[in-house]
Amino acid sequence: MIRALEASGRWTREGLESLGFATRAFFNLLRYSPGAFRRPTLITEQIHFIGNYSLVITIVSGLFVGLVLGLQFYVNLIQFGAEEKLGPLTALSLVRELGPVVTALLFAGRAGTSLTAEIGLMKAGEQLTAMEMMAVNPVQRVLAPRFWGGVIAMPVLATVFSAVGIIGSYLVGVKMLGLDEGAFWSQMQAGVDVNRDVLSSVIKSFVFGIAVTFTALFQGYHVKPTPADVARATTRTVVIASLLVLGLDFVMTAMMFGQ
Amino acid sequence: MHRKIIDVWVGLFVLLGAAALLFLALQAGNMSSLSFTKTYIVTGNFDNIGGLKPQAPVKSAGVVVGRVGEVTLDEKTFQAQVRLDLNQNYQFPKDSSLKILTAGLLGEQYIGIEPGGDTKNLVDGDRITRTQSATVLEDLINQFIYSKAADGKEGSE
Repeated sequence: MIRALEASGRWTREGLESLGFATRAFFNLLRYSPGAFRRPTLITEQIHFIGNYSLVITIVSGLFVGLVLGLQFYVNLIQFGAEEKLGPLTALSLVRELGPVVTALLFAGRAGTSLTAEIGLMKAGEQLTAMEMMAVNPVQRVLAPRFWGGVIAMPVLATVFSAVGIIGSYLVGVKMLGLDEGAFWSQMQAGVDVNRDVLSSVIKSFVFGIAVTFTALFQGYHVKPTPADVARATTRTVVIASLLVLGLDFVMTAMMFGQ
Repeated sequence: MHRKIIDVWVGLFVLLGAAALLFLALQAGNMSSLSFTKTYIVTGNFDNIGGLKPQAPVKSAGVVVGRVGEVTLDEKTFQAQVRLDLNQNYQFPKDSSLKILTAGLLGEQYIGIEPGGDTKNLVDGDRITRTQSATVLEDLINQFIYSKAADGKEGSE
């Protein structure tokens, strides 16, 4: 009994401790960000590494998600004779939910892991310590540019995902299954509100960008300098970032569309 | 040189994002219908607006001439007060009437504006009193059932 209480108490303490640790790391990162913005080439380099290289997987998966959504919704909507609602249905599901969430999950897998592995290896190879020896702040020189690169790249990727997905559903609905083109777009325009839907999509993907990139950097920076722990940290990045994204998505959806 | 190539790619990446956002706003969203043409505001009171929502179109003879603004409840008359943002290009006589119509059987509801015969036109801030409420499907079914029941009684007597 006492032991169980002790275990739960220790668990709470450790949980609080790591939460505080992460929060401190986050504000530390923000504190050294202005320094990183003074050298924007570092950030563009990271946008190139994180964003451009994630573009292909984002476009391909966006296209296929759109194609599949178009097909599935069409098959079910035609039973009610409401197939012209395909446009708003696919557009809203992509813009509101699937665009930001699926992109964030892909982003965690594609960019988050490479960030964790890169920084973990730098840590394991004592490169970060060497930087500190040269009076270069590794948070400012290494972490902050990667963080902002990720935060900037993520909304761009999510927007591209949604747009490509809508084109995919257009291809299936209009070009393949013969839905009326005018009805498809006009119904979509009537259903999608720029402020409510498109803006909240961008806000969502921005928050996911912060969550995923920070998780990846944090896991990489606080890795134990062994090859095995770098591998474990990479796995942890994907798991934690994905769960964070899904949890945050529910909270933000409830706040934005729950009323 | 290497630096420049990266800059070009990053520029393309950001431009692609901007293009996608523009596509979402203009082609998928209603930014294009939210045109910057000048509008004038007219209000109308309805007993029942049914499922009318803000941003629903206002049509005359099937042509979209404006949008529904906000919908509020008039606390004195307990009527729904609907603000219409009508396009400045379209002028309507002062005694025009409003109707809440439904596109198709289960489609979205919109406001139809029927022009009257007055020589003076509606101006900003006017109130339209001649309105016809939305047809609520339940009421219609109820009426139908009652009239059927009444028919049945007469037939049996």
